[in-house]
Amino acid sequence: MLPLKPADRASSRGTYHGCSCPFCCSSWWSEVQMGPPDPILGVTEAFKRDTNPKKINLGVGAYRDDQGKPYVLNCVRKAEAQIATKKLDKEYLTIGGLAEFNKACAQLALGPDNEVLKSGRSITVQTISGTGSLRVGANFLSRFHTVAKDVYLPKPSWGNHTPIFRDAGMQLKAYSYYDPKTCGFDFKGALDDILKIPEKSVIMLHACAHNPTGVDPRPEQWKEISALVKKRNLLVFFDMAYQGFASGDIDRDAWAVRYFIEQGHNVVLSQSFAKNMGLYGERVGGFTVVCKDAEEAKRVESQLKILIRPIYSNPPMNGARIASTILNTPELYKEWLVEVKDMATRIIRMREELVGNLKKEGSTLNWQHVTDQIGMFCFTGLKPDQVERLTKEFSVYMTKDGRISMAGVTSGNVGYLAHGIHTVTK
Amino acid sequence: VAPPSGKTEVPQAAPVAVFKLTADFRDDKDPNKVNLGVGAYRTDEGQPWVLPVVRKVEKIIADDHSLNHEYLPILGLPEFRSSSSKIALGEDSPAILENRVGAVQCLGGTGALKIGAEFLHRWHNGQDNTKTPVYVSAPTWENHNAVFANAGFEDVRPYKYWDAEKRGLDLSGFLSDLESAPEHSIFVLHACAHNPTGTDPSQDEWKQVAEVMKRRNLFVFFDSAYQGFASGCLDKDAWAVRYFVSQGFEIFCAQSFSKNFGLYNERVGNLTIVAKDNENLTRVLSQMEKIVRITWSNPPSQGARLVSITLNDPELFAEWKDNVKTMADRVLLMRAQLKAKLQALGTPGTWEHITEQIGMFSFTGLNPQQVQYMVKQKHIYLMASGRINMCGLTTKNIDYVAESIHEAVTTVQ
Repeated sequence: MLPLKPADRASSRGTYHGCSCPFCCSSWWSEVQMGPPDPILGVTEAFKRDTNPKKINLGVGAYRDDQGKPYVLNCVRKAEAQIATKKLDKEYLTIGGLAEFNKACAQLALGPDNEVLKSGRSITVQTISGTGSLRVGANFLSRFHTVAKDVYLPKPSWGNHTPIFRDAGMQLKAYSYYDPKTCGFDFKGALDDILKIPEKSVIMLHACAHNPTGVDPRPEQWKEISALVKKRNLLVFFDMAYQGFASGDIDRDAWAVRYFIEQGHNVVLSQSFAKNMGLYGERVGGFTVVCKDAEEAKRVESQLKILIRPIYSNPPMNGARIASTILNTPELYKEWLVEVKDMATRIIRMREELVGNLKKEGSTLNWQHVTDQIGMFCFTGLKPDQVERLTKEFSVYMTKDGRISMAGVTSGNVGYLAHGIHTVTK
Repeated sequence: VAPPSGKTEVPQAAPVAVFKLTADFRDDKDPNKVNLGVGAYRTDEGQPWVLPVVRKVEKIIADDHSLNHEYLPILGLPEFRSSSSKIALGEDSPAILENRVGAVQCLGGTGALKIGAEFLHRWHNGQDNTKTPVYVSAPTWENHNAVFANAGFEDVRPYKYWDAEKRGLDLSGFLSDLESAPEHSIFVLHACAHNPTGTDPSQDEWKQVAEVMKRRNLFVFFDSAYQGFASGCLDKDAWAVRYFVSQGFEIFCAQSFSKNFGLYNERVGNLTIVAKDNENLTRVLSQMEKIVRITWSNPPSQGARLVSITLNDPELFAEWKDNVKTMADRVLLMRAQLKAKLQALGTPGTWEHITEQIGMFSFTGLNPQQVQYMVKQKHIYLMASGRINMCGLTTKNIDYVAESIHEAVTTVQ
């Protein structure tokens, strides 16, 4: 962004010349540049404008059922009905949010018997879904983790990570993660890069169902990463937006987070309930800081409140109340686990069908990564020009990096999708 | 296993005063305790009040199985944004008809101020501006300072507003601060029902303010958290905002629906933007999107749906206005009764300001020692500034409160 010369500023400001008509004086905003559309959410905007009846939206990570429709979980509907009967008031939550939600949110991630929770040496605040959690976390680290300003993201990472941390005042660096040759995890590259990270830097780890690649380390690989990260004395920031969505099992998906904590890492953790409870627009999330003791946790909590208050004062109730009801009501919790597993299972099945259909189309390329990858997203390996063709010729909408949301694939459209992919890659 | 150190020492932060007050009130066992602290409406039974129209619309939403929980667009629910802006500017606003009004759905009034402040930091008076002064009234809602400071503004300063001696608006001080403010300074103006003083400029006084602001090229940022609460009439309470728009100002207006819809915890707010023309507006909104995306991605849907359905249905809209009037009328009644009781007690000083002030709050004029007395001895919780929330008064506690004020004023210096 070029700096404005004083002369330009004065003239563009529209010096008042005694007229009250808005058309004469120029605008405060003449120098405001047009912002480009959001790379991820912009895809949905473009999709909406397309009139092709065969169009498919594989852009944003929002789950769809096999009819391609948004899915409101049954446990959510039940929770809502339960909540409605209570005729609750609408009084402000505290800055840190709904206490029952925060407790259950932490328990879900760490496991109910976790020593951290028993000793009270962590603090969880309710946040505006995963983005809000990352933002609060980034602000917290920027203000209090003054020993290092660098955040190391996996290459690639969720597109919004970079601008969030940058705006919070951190510097962005990267460590190798995805191997485009194998469409899999570049374990050696990751270790080599992590070895070089300066002490006390922040390292971002996707807890499960890596976004955008769908490539997760195996448990043995996580163990080595943990040991190396400890040796390098790095601060671990876990982003867990898909607990339940990777394997269908919430404990299995949280394994890395729990292992790291067990190994002594005092992590910070962002959680989202957008996907695993389908509460996207209700903005339900949590930010957790694992501290050395309960006293430190209290101090951290007080500072998180100071950070949150000038952003939005206190968080929205509706979604947190729904999530809390589900997590804290045994029958609903059981039902939720089944529904999450069903969603994950459908996605796994779609992966298999996509590969099957590609083979049927006659594709001779190796599509194994489609079924090896895990979670909502698949890094197809498609190049930008192939993506463009897929969009222009077939009305298949996805992000330029070749990422598709498997949640948008259905038994109804998987054949058409395979045909499109085969056409642009053969 | 000893955890590896990775964090700098984090010091304990002081709690936010208004929430500490409520926490202390909650822990107080005295049967006569009264909470005149945080700004939330209470019924005459001292209870929170979910507006009847809100309950109705909640049911409408619950019964509509075509609704889901999908993401809203980054800027929020379109029907919410447009209908909310209409509430502030008037349905027939020329600016709306000229297609130069836009909005960003935000998390409460705070969120609207935040997004507006972040935008101004990036794009007002140069780019990534930290030096342009931001003026907030003396006194003002305490969070104004933090919102603008955290958005990067290094120079947040007071403009004269409250005249403690005459217990009214310090107009000449206000105007003189406007005259001496550097060009392009940002002024945060309370649209109505000034928090914490309850003292608003008259129409004529607003006209004088506007004249100076136009001549000195100052930026207008309205904070409208109490539309409807001041007079009981939405249009009357929006007079200042609409006047400035009619004078050709480009403005930001941070709207909150926390109080007038009683939707405190659903975080329903709207940043209304009035630009010179649609072209400028479009560019502004595109940059607002960037800011929202790295703050909360997209806003929460429940509260916006509630407000939008209400505002867009004539019957529900009428019922809402009626609910708002109910709240405003009770506040006016409590004001009248408190003044009458203080006068009947012969409490020293003049108490005209209790009924002259407007909205939820009253700046009683009690000094810090007198406030301490009220809190510690009488278990009546109010802010150190002497601000009371009129909604905390009920027909049952008003005698106790009046007597306690009388004691404080006569026995504590």
